[in-house]
Amino acid sequence: MSERAISVDNLGKLYRIGEGQHYTTLREKLTDLIQSPFRALHRKANSSPDPPADTWLWALRNLSFEIKRGELVGIIGKNGAGKSTLLKVLSRITEPTEGYAEMHGRVGSLLEVGTGFHPELTGRENIYLNGAILGMRKAEIARKFDEIVAFAETERFLDTAVKFYSSGMYMRLAFAVAAHMDTEILIVDEVLAVGDAAFQKKCLGKMGEVRGSGRTVLFVSHNMNAIEQLCNRVILLDHGNMKRDSNDIRSVVTEYVLGADPEDNSVWLNSGSQCRNAYFTPMSVALVDRGGNPLHMPVRNDDEIWLETEGEIELVDPALVIGYAIYAEDGNLLYWSYSTDQTEAEWPALTPGRQRLRTRIPPHLLNEGSYRIELVGSLYYRQWLFASWMDAPRVHLTIQGGLSDSPYWTDKRPGLLAPLMRWEQMEPQATAICAERTQTEP
Amino acid sequence: MRPRKGWVALDLQGLWHYHELLYFLVWRNIKVRYKQTVLGASWALIQPLATMAVFSIFFGKLAKVPSDGVPYPLFAYCGLLPWQLFSYAMTESSNSVISNQQLITKVYFPRLVIPISAVISGLVDFAIAFSLLLIMMPFYGIMPTARILVLPLFILFAIATALAIGLWLSALNVEYRDVRYTIPFLMQFWLLITPVAYPSSMVPAKWRPLMGLNPIAGVVEGFRWALLGNGSASGPLMLVSIVIVVVLLFGGIVYFRRMETTFADLV
Repeated sequence: MSERAISVDNLGKLYRIGEGQHYTTLREKLTDLIQSPFRALHRKANSSPDPPADTWLWALRNLSFEIKRGELVGIIGKNGAGKSTLLKVLSRITEPTEGYAEMHGRVGSLLEVGTGFHPELTGRENIYLNGAILGMRKAEIARKFDEIVAFAETERFLDTAVKFYSSGMYMRLAFAVAAHMDTEILIVDEVLAVGDAAFQKKCLGKMGEVRGSGRTVLFVSHNMNAIEQLCNRVILLDHGNMKRDSNDIRSVVTEYVLGADPEDNSVWLNSGSQCRNAYFTPMSVALVDRGGNPLHMPVRNDDEIWLETEGEIELVDPALVIGYAIYAEDGNLLYWSYSTDQTEAEWPALTPGRQRLRTRIPPHLLNEGSYRIELVGSLYYRQWLFASWMDAPRVHLTIQGGLSDSPYWTDKRPGLLAPLMRWEQMEPQATAICAERTQTEP
Repeated sequence: MRPRKGWVALDLQGLWHYHELLYFLVWRNIKVRYKQTVLGASWALIQPLATMAVFSIFFGKLAKVPSDGVPYPLFAYCGLLPWQLFSYAMTESSNSVISNQQLITKVYFPRLVIPISAVISGLVDFAIAFSLLLIMMPFYGIMPTARILVLPLFILFAIATALAIGLWLSALNVEYRDVRYTIPFLMQFWLLITPVAYPSSMVPAKWRPLMGLNPIAGVVEGFRWALLGNGSASGPLMLVSIVIVVVLLFGGIVYFRRMETTFADLV
C-alpha cells in the first residue's frame, strides 16, 4: 500500500491583488487599439516603471510533498495560509503558476456543501443534479439514492423544493450526496460543520469509514479535534509555505494552536488596518496585572489576570457587544464572555473616541496549560465586527502553578478546567434520620 | 496539473466523459426557467406572438412591408422563431459562465459544458413556439412540404452560430463585465440587420451579398424557404455563412479553452 496517490512538486500559485486588477480594462484595451501611439506614450509618462511588488501575492510557494494511497492528511493553517488554494489546485479548479501536481486515481472534491444545488428544484432533483456536478454517473446516483436519502433523514421532503428546507435539512442533504462519492482520492474543505451535533457525529463517522477503505483523503479543517481523530498525517501551511509535515499530529496541532511566536504573545497591537470598523476598532489587547502592567508568561493561577483592550469608536451603537472567547490548547472553546453579560445598568457607557475596557480572568478556574484568548465584537444579532474566523485579535495565556494552596494539589489535573471548589463539613445527618425513624415507628 | 501554455488540445474526449453533466445542466435550465411564474411555459408562446402582433401592425399594416405573398403575420412568426432561438441561445450562453460562477469556483469539469448546455436549453422554448406555427400554417392555408425535412439543418446552424459567438463572449465576459451590457444592445442591432420583419428581397440586389456575412439571415430565409416555400436559400450566400460560423466556432472553442484556466480566479 505504498503506492503514490498525490505528488506535488514545487507548486506555486501567484495571485494579483488589490489595485493591480484595474491594470487593463476593456476600455483601456480598446482605446489602446485605436490610439495606440498616443496612448502608449501617455501611459509611459504616467506609470511607475515597475508594478509595485505588493500587488502580487504568492498564495502558495515551493510546495512539495507526496501522499501515499490510503493516507488521511489534514491540512491546517491560519486564514490565508493557502489551504483552500492548495485544494483548488489539486482539484483542477485553478491552475498552478509554477510546478505541478499529479493525482493518481479519480478525484472527488468537496470544497463546499451543496455546490450547484438549485433552490427551485426538489430534493430528489437536486440529488441527481448535485451528484452529476460532483462527477457521479446517473446510474451510480440511482443505485445509492436510497442510502443518500436515509443518511440525510429527509425522506418526507423529497418532493419539496429545497428553498423551503430548513438550513439544517439543506446541509444534511447536500452533505449526504457528497459523502457517497466513490472516488479514490477525496478532497474535503471544512464541510463537517453542518447540522446539529448528532448529524456532525454522523458525518465524522462517515469520514471515519473512509479510513479503512484504502482511499486517500485530504482534509482542511479548523476543527483540531476532527483533525486529530481522523487524520494520520498533518501538513501545516503558513503564508503559502509548508511549515510542518508530520505524522505526529498532536505536536503540530499544539504548535499551530499556540501560534508561531511564543514570546510577547500576551500583547496584541493593531498593525494599522486590522479589524477596522466604525463601531469599535481594537487598537490593543493585552493580559495585564492589576496596575495595567503587561504580564509575563507563565502566570500563576492565583495571580490577578486582567484582559484589557483599547479601541477606537467613531459611531456609537447601543447594540455593540465586546467580549472574548477562550480556547484550550487543543482548540476547544471553553467559554465566551461579553461586556453586556451583567445587568443593563452596569454596561460600560461607551462614547466616541478611545475607550478602554477590562475584565478579570476568573482565578482558580483554568487548569495548568496554554490558552488562546480572542477578542470578539459584534452588533447584537446584526453584524460581526471581529471574531475568530475573521482573524480577530488574540493573545496567549500560560498558566503554571498557583492551582491551589493545598499540599495535596500541586500538579496539573486531568480535565479542561481546574476550579477550586469549597468543601464543607456538616453535622452527620444519617444518624439524625435514623433517630427520626425510630421515633415514628410504633 | 501543470501550468498550461499556448494553444491547448480540444480535449473532446474529456468533454464526452461529462455528457451526463451536460444533460443534467440542460435539464436544470429547462426545469428552472419558468418556475414560480403564473403563465409557465406559455411564455414561450407569448413572446413570439406578441412580437408578431406588433410587427404585423406596424410593419405589415402601417408600413406595408411586403411579405413575399405570404400572409404577413405568418411571415413574421416564421422569421421570429429562428431569431428568438438564436437570440436566447446566444444571450444565455454569453452570460452562462458568469451565472454559473459558483460551480466554476468549486468543482472541476470541462468548462465547455456550461455554454453548450445554455445553448441547448433554448431548444425547448423553440419547440413549443414551433408547434404553434404548425397549427397556424393550415389556418392560413399553407401546408408543409417535404422541404421541412431540411429544417433540422437550419436549426443546427442557428445553434452553432449562437454557440460560436457565445463562446467568445462568455469567456470575455469573465474578465470584462462590459460584455454583459453590450449584449442586449447588440441583439437589438442584429435584429434590424436580419430579415425578420422584412423579406430579404427588399434589400437592394447589390447589397445582398453582404447578408451572407450575417449567418442568421441565412437561417431566417432558410426557415421561410423550408416552411412557407418562399424566400431564397441561395447557395453561395449560405456557403459564406457556413464558413464564417465554422471559423468562429473553432476559434471560439480554442479561445474559450485558453481562457478557461483563469476562470476560477477571475470570475
